[in-house]
Amino acid sequence: MPAINIEDLSEKDKLKMEVEQLRKEVKLERQPVSKCSEEIKNYIEERSGEDPLVKGVPEEKNPFKEKGGCIIA
Amino acid sequence: MCDQTFLAIVFGPCDRCSREKPLRPVYIKSEQLSYCSICVEMMATEGLHENETLASLKNEAESLKGKLEEERAKLHDVELHQVAERVEALGQFVMKTRRTLKGHGNKVLCMDWCKDKRRIVSSSQDGKVIVWDSFTTNKEHAVTMPCTWVMACAYAPSGCAIACGGLDNKCSVYPLTFDKNENMAAKKKSVAMHTNYLSACSFTNSDMQILTASGDGTCALWDVESGQLLQSFHGHGADVLCLDLAPSETGNTFVSGGCDKKAMVWDMRSGQCIQSFETHDSDINSVRYYPSGDAFASGSDDATCRLYDLRADREVAIYSKESIIFGASSVDFSLSGRLLFAGYNDYTINVWDVLKGSRVSILFGHENRVSTLRVSPDGTAFCSGSWDHTLRIWA
Repeated sequence: MPAINIEDLSEKDKLKMEVEQLRKEVKLERQPVSKCSEEIKNYIEERSGEDPLVKGVPEEKNPFKEKGGCIIA
Repeated sequence: MCDQTFLAIVFGPCDRCSREKPLRPVYIKSEQLSYCSICVEMMATEGLHENETLASLKNEAESLKGKLEEERAKLHDVELHQVAERVEALGQFVMKTRRTLKGHGNKVLCMDWCKDKRRIVSSSQDGKVIVWDSFTTNKEHAVTMPCTWVMACAYAPSGCAIACGGLDNKCSVYPLTFDKNENMAAKKKSVAMHTNYLSACSFTNSDMQILTASGDGTCALWDVESGQLLQSFHGHGADVLCLDLAPSETGNTFVSGGCDKKAMVWDMRSGQCIQSFETHDSDINSVRYYPSGDAFASGSDDATCRLYDLRADREVAIYSKESIIFGASSVDFSLSGRLLFAGYNDYTINVWDVLKGSRVSILFGHENRVSTLRVSPDGTAFCSGSWDHTLRIWA
């Protein structure tokens, strides 16, 4: 069983956890948003041509196309 | 006009290093001192004093958060939608319900696709877990859990088993068998044990390990065969509501979101939290990795969805509209990551252009809250589950 239940921890213990975590995070290496956004944009542009939900799928090839209308009398 | 409080910047000699710098108030043993920003960080890394008071911890947390914001702001040189200005706008979308899966007797709470791109497992408030063939809408398997509110379900990568759990505080694995004489419930294996409800579960990239998230504020990694706890993840200050594993190429991390408004990225091997983000104003109901693994999206009760870039270590986009006031319960990306689908508590599904930040479509059809939404593994369709007892396949 996981070691803790958050309801059992005191306010002070939770804060200690938070402070320790923040100390680690302040030291992280970060890259500028401009560079990261370019990469996201390029990733999408390379692939969106093949994205079925973006470009649409012709009815014949769509596995979810409307089922044929057969009525059993 | 609203009142604004301005922080008065005091300039002067630092109480610790004596250099002339902009100063911040710092509390040590209830005494107020003035430190420069470098000394604030130095002091923070020197370790906590024995008789640390709640107040000094709060202050340290606040000053560290301020420092974190500063560091992140330094690299915030542009907005994602500005970078995407020249990208061609998306055309009109015609997405409609292609299949409606009826059979649950109560609210559908969770669903997952099988890797074969056609089977789906779904779970409901009435304790039922059903496996469907989405092409034919036939039910292939059904099992009744001993508890109500089965909030989490997942398909194993092999397609041979499913995992589910909820108010029973456990995650159980059921092997799927086509033998009509076998009772699925008889082969049930209890894998995870939490001290509060199970909110989410996912197999890792094999049938052998399961990752769980719980109302007890923790996430945990379990060995399916032995039921042994392999790693536990502590850091959330309240219930954890969702999790998502990074795409396998990116390595062993996962992201979780909780009622403490935080999204946290974890290293699965060490159990350490690598990064955390706290920009939502309310519970985070859903988190989903971007297909490349370098970012993730979140959906929250604050009626917004947001995109966080892991290398920039900040929120880079927010998907919201004044007219959207109900919480987003679940989010998922299309195959290329160009579209973000989000299900809301106002019964609708909004489709967002990830790059430009605008809504491209709004889908109506469900007659109650949309509680769960997943795009199929090959991206040809997506499935939504709702409190109206049905699931819909859209394409």
